[in-house]
Amino acid sequence: MAGHKELDKETGIHTTGHVWDGDLKELNRPLPRWWLYTFYVCILWAIGYWIAYPTWPLANGYTQGMLGYSQRATVTQQVDAAKAAQAGMRGQIEKASLADIRAKQDLLQFAMTGGKAIFADNCAACHGRGAQGGAGYPNLNDDDWIWGGTLENIQQTIQHGIRWSTDNDTRVSDMPKFGVDSILQPNQISDAAEYVLSISGKPTDQAAAERGKAVFAENCAACHGEDGKGNQELGAPNLTDAIWLYGGGKANVAESIRTGRGGSMPAWAGRLDKSAIKSLAIYVHSLGGGK
Amino acid sequence: MTDTTVERHAFSDALAVAGGGLVALVGAMIAIKTTDMAMAFHGVVLALAGILAALYIVTHAFGAKGLQLTDANGYTDGPIRVAVVAAVFWGIAGFLVGDIIAWQLAFPALNLDLPWTTFGRLRPLHTSAVIFAFGGNVLIATSFYVVQRTSQASLLGRYMPYFVVWGFNVFIAIAGTGYLLGITQGKEYAEPEWYADLWLTIVWVVYLLVFLGTVMKRKEPHIYVANWFYLAFIVTVAMLHLVNNATIPVSIFEPKSYIVFAGVQDAMTQWWYGHNAVGFFLTAGFLGIMYYFVPKRVERPVYSYRLSIIHFWTLIFLYIWAGPHHLHYTALPDWAQTLGMTFSIMLWMPSWGGMINGLMTLSGAWDKLRTDPVVRLLAVSVAFYGMSTFEGPLMSIKAVNSLSHYTDWTIGHVHSGALGWVAMVSFGAIYCLVPWLWQRKALYSLKLVEWHFWISTLGILLYITAMWVSGILQGLMWRAYDKLGFLTYSFVETVEAMHPFYIIRAIGGGLFVLGSLIMAYNVWRTIRGDEPVDAKDQPRVAAAPELRPQAAE
Repeated sequence: MAGHKELDKETGIHTTGHVWDGDLKELNRPLPRWWLYTFYVCILWAIGYWIAYPTWPLANGYTQGMLGYSQRATVTQQVDAAKAAQAGMRGQIEKASLADIRAKQDLLQFAMTGGKAIFADNCAACHGRGAQGGAGYPNLNDDDWIWGGTLENIQQTIQHGIRWSTDNDTRVSDMPKFGVDSILQPNQISDAAEYVLSISGKPTDQAAAERGKAVFAENCAACHGEDGKGNQELGAPNLTDAIWLYGGGKANVAESIRTGRGGSMPAWAGRLDKSAIKSLAIYVHSLGGGK
Repeated sequence: MTDTTVERHAFSDALAVAGGGLVALVGAMIAIKTTDMAMAFHGVVLALAGILAALYIVTHAFGAKGLQLTDANGYTDGPIRVAVVAAVFWGIAGFLVGDIIAWQLAFPALNLDLPWTTFGRLRPLHTSAVIFAFGGNVLIATSFYVVQRTSQASLLGRYMPYFVVWGFNVFIAIAGTGYLLGITQGKEYAEPEWYADLWLTIVWVVYLLVFLGTVMKRKEPHIYVANWFYLAFIVTVAMLHLVNNATIPVSIFEPKSYIVFAGVQDAMTQWWYGHNAVGFFLTAGFLGIMYYFVPKRVERPVYSYRLSIIHFWTLIFLYIWAGPHHLHYTALPDWAQTLGMTFSIMLWMPSWGGMINGLMTLSGAWDKLRTDPVVRLLAVSVAFYGMSTFEGPLMSIKAVNSLSHYTDWTIGHVHSGALGWVAMVSFGAIYCLVPWLWQRKALYSLKLVEWHFWISTLGILLYITAMWVSGILQGLMWRAYDKLGFLTYSFVETVEAMHPFYIIRAIGGGLFVLGSLIMAYNVWRTIRGDEPVDAKDQPRVAAAPELRPQAAE
């Protein structure tokens, strides 16, 4: 109801005279000055920004602004500058041999720093942030190498991957699926597993291990060696140590024999450039197990 | 009751039954024809809702007495009571799911490896439950209450207000269960698929009709400021909803659809929607709440009528441009980014106009901050509003945004607005409304409101400070280079660095849930009609208007 404009005793300001719901009123107070001027300043700042930067769409294109700013040009420039800053070192690493890189202090430092960053962004997802590996993903800190632990071996593995079907030079070893393809009977697999455990120094069922020895000699020794010490040329792991890619329990070993496992790793050539792969090889080699 | 009124009621009763039947029929048809199990379930939900509504009206409306849908005071408060209870329920559900996903971020194993409980499905459930289910019910409840009181008129229509409330909550049920079952169109805050969107459109148009119709039959010469904000909210949300959900279903009996926009146009439309959902749903609507409940509770006139006019129109005009600031440094053209940023800066003062008008309305009644925790909830909410509407323009500046974008800082900013402003002002309004709507002489316990206030304030502070620190830390780690030009930190290292802050955040969220449970208990005891434990400490306005002692002059 439009009542009279009463004086508010607390503030000394009149109300507008409007009243709603019995007691809802409004003071007829002018805009706070500081509020109004700050608002004007914001508007002026916006207008200034419009003059300086690309802003208003037109029929064809848009107002370019006086500074000639372009987000795309800026980012291209920054990326180019970052690339240029590293170009010298990357070029040297690309040309130098792995041994030479290790011999020259500045190249080694660049390769190690870069390798660490590249590892964290590309390799850590499977091998772990500390390269400690996990079930199915080898630990890169130890000296138990499946495909060899020299600088060249590591570079080759990174570059072409493992069982990576789109790379012709990828590393391939194809352990038969002894159980899945019914090459061996379940009891033979069990015996072979007992034998494998026995040569790695684990307590086993002696009788079963004895039976398994024959199975092993006939089916496994060709790749893993008669002594079970493996063969890095063929990518056949050493079975006599305490390091197990898929776990060292009886069930794990039996499952490996049954399915053949056969994990894969991408070929990084194409995704990472040569200097990155070399840096990575040097970094991984340095982790503790390099030969 | 005159004969014509009886006839009109009989006609609308029959129409409502037919409407319920039609809804049931459509729901049944969807359930039978679709090949998608989730959509079939939604058809059943819709059919059940229609059948229950029709059955209720048939069994209650055609007796000798008919169905009494307005209160003794002449207002249609029934749907408001439903919406208040729904708001409390959805609030707790939404906060709880939010806290669950906060713990999931700290400990991913809590995803449980089940599709229904993964972060990807629970996150939209959380956002929709708090924004649309909790916030939406609060907005419907308060807008229906306020528009009646400030217009001195009952709500337009006999069944329409009930349809708005129940229809909206059926939409919430369909949307929420859809997320859990894996139905989404993949647009943030607009996840429900086309059929849920259509249902919401119907509900929303009826909401607009009821609100506008009530304003039009008002017995006051002027429209109260709260109603400007409510109307801006209802109209703009309708527009945003229709444009951003422009989509083509693959079949009318399948849930999947394709949005008509593509690429950067789609992104721009999405953030025009997303930002204005903040601007008009979470700001304009809740400013409507502030403009009624603050002056009403503190019994003081609104600080400045002129400021309310100027900040209303500038807010409405400027907000709608600000969306592109969500897409800084993306494929969005430079000019659009500039506009988004500069309009966000210009929006600072219009937003603060609301804060000034809300806080300064307390002038002459500052002592009530000490004595009435409901006033404190309202005042602190306005303070948080001021803080987050300063932070927003700050973060829209491209140089700041290059650090803050995609980090937890954004999450902290959103929650200082959502928990601090939206939820706190809603709690204040709910504590006012419950005794008023259920004709009680006071809340069950003002002391419990005090507890709720402090526990949630502590929760909010833990939440936003944790997110500020983690967000800025995250942003700095992402951009750190060493002297040889390599990134200093890998992504996973930045994730690891967030872990302690995720735990602090989850604890803060847990406190907020606890506070809402205290509120639910207090509301329940008040509704049940239990004797208030501290009636003498409560202000006279805590009582329902009909039971209120006269103001001392």
